[in-house]
Amino acid sequence: MPSSDRIADPWGTRTPYGPGQRWPTRVDSYLEGGVTEADVQRWARSASILHSNGDGLDIAVTDGRIVGVRGRADDRVNHGRLGPKDLFGWQATSSADRLTRPLVRRGGELVPTDWDTAMNAVAGRTRELLAERGPSSIGFYTTGQLFLEEYYTLALIGHGGIGTNHIDGNTRLCTATAAAALKESFACDGQPGSCTDVDHADVIALYGHNVAETQTVLWSRVLDRLAGPEPPAIVCVDPRPTPVAQVADVHLAPRPGTNVMLMNALLHEIVEHGWVDQDYLDTHTVGFDELAAQVADCTPEAAARVCEVPAEDLREAARILGTARRLLSTVLQGFYQSHQATAAAVSVNNVHLVRGMLGRPGCGVLQMNGQPSAQNTRECGADGDLPGFRNWANDAHVQDLADVWNVDPMQIPHHSAPTHLMKIMRYVEDGSIRFLHVSGTNPVVSLPELGRIREILAQERLFLVVQDIFLTETAQLADVVLPAATWGEKTGTFTNTDRTVHLSEKAVDPPGEARPDLDILIDYARRLDLRDKDGGPLVSWHDAEGAFEAWKACSAGRPCDYTGMSYDKLRGSGGIQWPCTAEHPDGTERLYTDGRFWSHPQYCESYGRDMVTGAPLEPDEYGSMNPHGKAIIKAAEYLPAHEQPDDDFPFVLTTGRTLYHFHTRTKTGRAPQLQQAAPDVWVEMSAADAQGRGWAEGDLLQVTTPRGRVQARLRISGIRDGVLFLPFHYGYWDTPAGHGPDGGDGRAANELTITDWDPASKQPLFKTAAARVDRIAPGDGRPSPAPTTTGSKPVTGRVPDTRGGPAGTATERFADTGGGAR
Amino acid sequence: MTRVGLAITELHRAENDLAGELLAASDRHKADHELFHLGRDLARWSQQHVRRLAEAGRDHGLSLDPDAQDDDTVLATVRRKGAELLGRRHDPALLILDDLRRIHRIAAGVSLDWEILAQTAQALKDRALLALCQECHPGTLRQLRWANAELKENAAQIMVTG
Repeated sequence: MPSSDRIADPWGTRTPYGPGQRWPTRVDSYLEGGVTEADVQRWARSASILHSNGDGLDIAVTDGRIVGVRGRADDRVNHGRLGPKDLFGWQATSSADRLTRPLVRRGGELVPTDWDTAMNAVAGRTRELLAERGPSSIGFYTTGQLFLEEYYTLALIGHGGIGTNHIDGNTRLCTATAAAALKESFACDGQPGSCTDVDHADVIALYGHNVAETQTVLWSRVLDRLAGPEPPAIVCVDPRPTPVAQVADVHLAPRPGTNVMLMNALLHEIVEHGWVDQDYLDTHTVGFDELAAQVADCTPEAAARVCEVPAEDLREAARILGTARRLLSTVLQGFYQSHQATAAAVSVNNVHLVRGMLGRPGCGVLQMNGQPSAQNTRECGADGDLPGFRNWANDAHVQDLADVWNVDPMQIPHHSAPTHLMKIMRYVEDGSIRFLHVSGTNPVVSLPELGRIREILAQERLFLVVQDIFLTETAQLADVVLPAATWGEKTGTFTNTDRTVHLSEKAVDPPGEARPDLDILIDYARRLDLRDKDGGPLVSWHDAEGAFEAWKACSAGRPCDYTGMSYDKLRGSGGIQWPCTAEHPDGTERLYTDGRFWSHPQYCESYGRDMVTGAPLEPDEYGSMNPHGKAIIKAAEYLPAHEQPDDDFPFVLTTGRTLYHFHTRTKTGRAPQLQQAAPDVWVEMSAADAQGRGWAEGDLLQVTTPRGRVQARLRISGIRDGVLFLPFHYGYWDTPAGHGPDGGDGRAANELTITDWDPASKQPLFKTAAARVDRIAPGDGRPSPAPTTTGSKPVTGRVPDTRGGPAGTATERFADTGGGAR
Repeated sequence: MTRVGLAITELHRAENDLAGELLAASDRHKADHELFHLGRDLARWSQQHVRRLAEAGRDHGLSLDPDAQDDDTVLATVRRKGAELLGRRHDPALLILDDLRRIHRIAAGVSLDWEILAQTAQALKDRALLALCQECHPGTLRQLRWANAELKENAAQIMVTG
């Protein structure tokens, strides 16, 4: 059977295809050593939980253990392919250090206890605080890796039961700007495009989206188009020479923090050359004149000075975008975690609106997600929104939600948007939140300015509950730790970045006494005795399918309508895209076809915000701007980033996720192949910057910002001059120190990042800080631990190639029809 | 001085005040990162307005300082106001509401001053002055809405959980 080293070649073997053709199937699988498909007793249906691509896969089970995975040939998203994290990440679930019993803090130490004791402590403290200080003293911080059923239950408990406004997900760190940008342009969340747009596009533009590392299977799809007839042109915006940049027709590498300037120059050229669809603008949009005025002076030359990219490249990129017939754009953290995040992401929507390129095959915008079930936190109301894309500023929507939940509308806080995470942390810091429930995420590694976060979460007056599968850095600070089941150990659904819903079925039992997050939440609601206004239990379901059915009722009539789905139907599908209703039983591939938007003042999810001040638009402001529910073109001026390099801190520091690791490495750090491929933090700088200082590959450097210090070995990469890159989410659980640096320098990039966020999306900025770098010691002959297969590819020195060897080799089975392997 | 000269001078003073107030509030609430960063971003709009009003003033025979309040005077303000306010109140969160309320009031005054100047410019058929009003006034309105929105976002938590 064909096989390939999927650490050395993360995207696998090419199966070329042409525009409009079906992407050929290639079924990838990896089973643990010594196990063959004949040994597999059962396959459980699921999808990937380590990125937002949503690759459909089956989990192989033998003797009650997970022994491997196999891509689903019939899945609409991946056509059988799996990425390295899909192939190898599952091994972490059977790690010996899984949490198997609840823990409580006694005399300063976390000690094992039983569920009854732990849950009584959690519910007891909640009740005390509700009596003493009210619901505003309670906060919830969840993840982007649980299931829809769990988010919906959490949203009901928090908003409808306890009545707190303080609920957010860690999708705030990865996806909040995607949602905000969609709400600004279309007044509603929900991905306009579809992964299948790759099959049709003649131009693909990737803005701050290193898809080759973040969504490897989607990148395989692009690579297969590039290898086939009539390949699409690629435009890449990224300060690093990522695999995307390597194959791009134009690579724009702007100075970090200048994305809005760059986008304004591209839009200037598009408007200037008349590459606009005037009919579409007139019929389906508002706001174009404002945009035209805003970008009028933003010439490529003006932008070239600010962004430090050649004006010619900007012109060429604009020409490719402006003359595309079927344009697909994707956006991710390079925009979302950078300065003026929402304004930059909205500019990409603007390109599509002025060119009239939405809702047709190949004409899509993918405002990407970083986390696998980020879309569910957003639609279920577990991340700073109300369930079902209801508008917190529209009283009729709140009344409607109160009817669904059978509670008084006053019980649901809607005096402002649900509190975003960074504000929740602020309220914990000032002592007005005294109870924080953290599920499936690890803020002590993932939030900016870790020294501050550790101080906030270690406070005596805070009661911290952590629900997770490992004793993470955050769990080590908790008062109560609740051991959770994870993917493969529980049933539920989740929705990927292009609205595709998958069912993930329980394959094996969780270890020890670990329980599904849904069961823990239902238990919590029962112990709090949360009731609806008729005295019935507020949470009326007992299992995942019951929660799903309840969610369907909540979603009815809203954009994210799930009423046409069921667990049985999902079992028989290769993934279904919402909205899925009786009228559209197979789901909906693309939104906004024929210029029909969900932006009517009475229906829309959001009235939008001022992209600079963050102030929400009042209902009447929105109503007079957009009375007929069109798409909204919004312009923004470029503003300099808040922290600029100076003599003391001459570099711009940018950070990011890389190919072999995922959210604080709790799982990927425990999967041997992934761990070996990128075992420790590194720092990238350009050849000119390194050689000017006489530094070489593997030298030990210290990176300093006003907030902290990190030590890392130098990788000389093709990154632009004046910029440093650190991979984020290397933490401390696998170091002797445990939850923080041991006295000296740290290892986590977020020791260095600034506490600042985009005013509209409230997404923290991880990609613009001013930094200094010093050499602590010359190298000892070892290269830096950075992989060679990715954006961190070395440009100097002799560095051995990153390989997986036999343990990193997966099988690839090709279908007889279609393009076939080359 | 002509009445239009008076209007420009008054607006120049008021924008200067607003810039100073935004910077001062930003400094006082450094731990509240949104107030801190946005206060500085939005002060820059008022500083630009001050500069443009000084330029416009020249056409009307005025000699106004184009440089708005800077950080030095802000530090002085902080010392003054800090002493004054902290002497009265103990809960720093309440100061946020106090500051936002003051910013809103000053911005509302500035907005009305722009209205007066715009009406005057129209009556005088002074295109340059009218254009200045049309370009600057929206910034003031955004500052005003920002202060209102920040106040709404913070009020409940500050008042209920104090």
